[in-house]
Amino acid sequence: MEIKAKAHKFGDNINTDDIIPARYLNTYDPKELARHCMEGVDEEFVRKLGRPSVTGHCIVAGKNFGCGSSREHAPLAIKGAGISCVIAESFARIFYRNAINIGLPILESKRASKRIDSGDEILIDLSKGRITNLSKKENYKVQPFPEFIQEIIIAGGLMRYVKKKSKRQER
Amino acid sequence: MGMAIAEKILARHCGKKSVEPGTFIEAKVDIALGNDITAPLAIEEFKKVGGSKVFDPDRVVLVPDHFTPNKDIKSAEQCQILRSFAREQGLSHYYEVGRMGIEHALLPEEGVVLPGDLVVGADSHTCTYGALGAFACGVGSTDLAFAMLTGKCWFRVPETIKFVYKGKLNKWVSGKDLILYTIGDIGVDGALYKVMEFTGPVIRRLTMADRLTMCNMAVEAGAKSGIIEPDKETIEYIEARAERPYEIIRGEKSARYAKVIEYNCSKIEPQVAFPPLPSNTRPISRVGEVYIDQVVIGSCTNGRIEDLRISAQVLKGRKVHPRVRLIIIPATQKVYREALSEGLLETFIDAGAVVSTPTCGPCLGGHMGVLAEGEKAIATTNRNFAGRMGHPKSQIYLSNPAITAASAIAGKITSPEAL
Repeated sequence: MEIKAKAHKFGDNINTDDIIPARYLNTYDPKELARHCMEGVDEEFVRKLGRPSVTGHCIVAGKNFGCGSSREHAPLAIKGAGISCVIAESFARIFYRNAINIGLPILESKRASKRIDSGDEILIDLSKGRITNLSKKENYKVQPFPEFIQEIIIAGGLMRYVKKKSKRQER
Repeated sequence: MGMAIAEKILARHCGKKSVEPGTFIEAKVDIALGNDITAPLAIEEFKKVGGSKVFDPDRVVLVPDHFTPNKDIKSAEQCQILRSFAREQGLSHYYEVGRMGIEHALLPEEGVVLPGDLVVGADSHTCTYGALGAFACGVGSTDLAFAMLTGKCWFRVPETIKFVYKGKLNKWVSGKDLILYTIGDIGVDGALYKVMEFTGPVIRRLTMADRLTMCNMAVEAGAKSGIIEPDKETIEYIEARAERPYEIIRGEKSARYAKVIEYNCSKIEPQVAFPPLPSNTRPISRVGEVYIDQVVIGSCTNGRIEDLRISAQVLKGRKVHPRVRLIIIPATQKVYREALSEGLLETFIDAGAVVSTPTCGPCLGGHMGVLAEGEKAIATTNRNFAGRMGHPKSQIYLSNPAITAASAIAGKITSPEAL
């Protein structure tokens, strides 16, 4: 699966209050949450994304992306805002599992996190685990997912994975 | 190679003799927990896959504590989802407003979480229960849905970092200061994907309240969980309240640790974490002049009766600074009741404080003390991210109950010694 996206760069320790401030957590509607995506760190972020176009968007961040609360509303807001992938040097662990569980692609790559700038055009090959920076003409290696996690991703999230597994058992 | 306590609990719950850090396992959970923010989403996911019955109605716990008593219509509707699910499933651990508390203060108090348990909770501070000798970690709503349905959860077995606390605690230094100091030392991702095991003579002398505070904030260093091996103190606490049989699990002598870090507590002063990260700590002597608008004492970190006693000791016979609002939130109804009968509430009200019913409220900028632009607060809570308590341009300082109470009197961050 290939994703072409424009990069939006953020720093280290982007926390879940940055991604979706708690005052919006009285709902779990992804559309509503998406309206406030990244509002805690950049109030203009959603407006800057503009209308969906041929090229999608991806977030590129530093260390410990998604630290703080366990709210799944954070990856839901990101996915809902039309962000097709998050690349970071490292992820906070609950965000990491939440993203996988809801089927939001995330990639760990220190070099990509350091080299990519806002506005760069990025080509992501999820199955090959490769990030290409079309603007800078560079390739970055990605930490491959363990097999177990790949199965969840391929299924499209944890609950779909469960459904698939239980169907298989019924047969 | 032996297993540390966390590995041993995980092995026990996936039916294996031993587990190695880094491997993926699917393990049975003893308790699956959700609140009014995370559970509605989990309930929807549960129903979407055709779930009809939870794996065990005695082991799925729902606590409406974040935006309760309902702060607005949408929050009321979220709580309604919990309430009807609890009724329809016949859950024995649903806690209604007036009989509830902040989840991580409530569950230990009620004897719901026990030593040796494997607990998942759709709340990042689920790691609190490590203080009871359980393996407990925060997960998301989908994980909770999966756990409610199957009684299981997937884990990557984490490595453990061992923290050894030696020496003697200085005056006004508590579990809160030890954990803030530790996070200040290793950073907010210093224990990423790992377990923080707290040991040493100082930990052995800590009260359960202080131990719960320490494990509560393990997630602020990126940890999967904090844990303390059960001892006499743990067993005494548990025996008084356990609602079912339990098993004490301890680590092996030959356990392998990712790292061992030692601290001499005699050198540790009360700590203050400056905005915007819990790792941004300074000893109280190096805080300087920081004027504050609001003070919050409470939360799953420091809202227990021991915390209120310390606060009352500092506040007794004194008045809150005219420029300051002091908000005190007992973490559970039981704590509230105890504070009432011990006369603490009288001390608080005489000092000029607001005393609230149990709620997470201001800790996450929900309600009951939201900050305006440019305001500063000192709180006994656990996170000081920019804007967490309200306006994106408001600031939070974190500290222990004694420093926080003293600051309410002085109108600026200060030690009780300086009053």
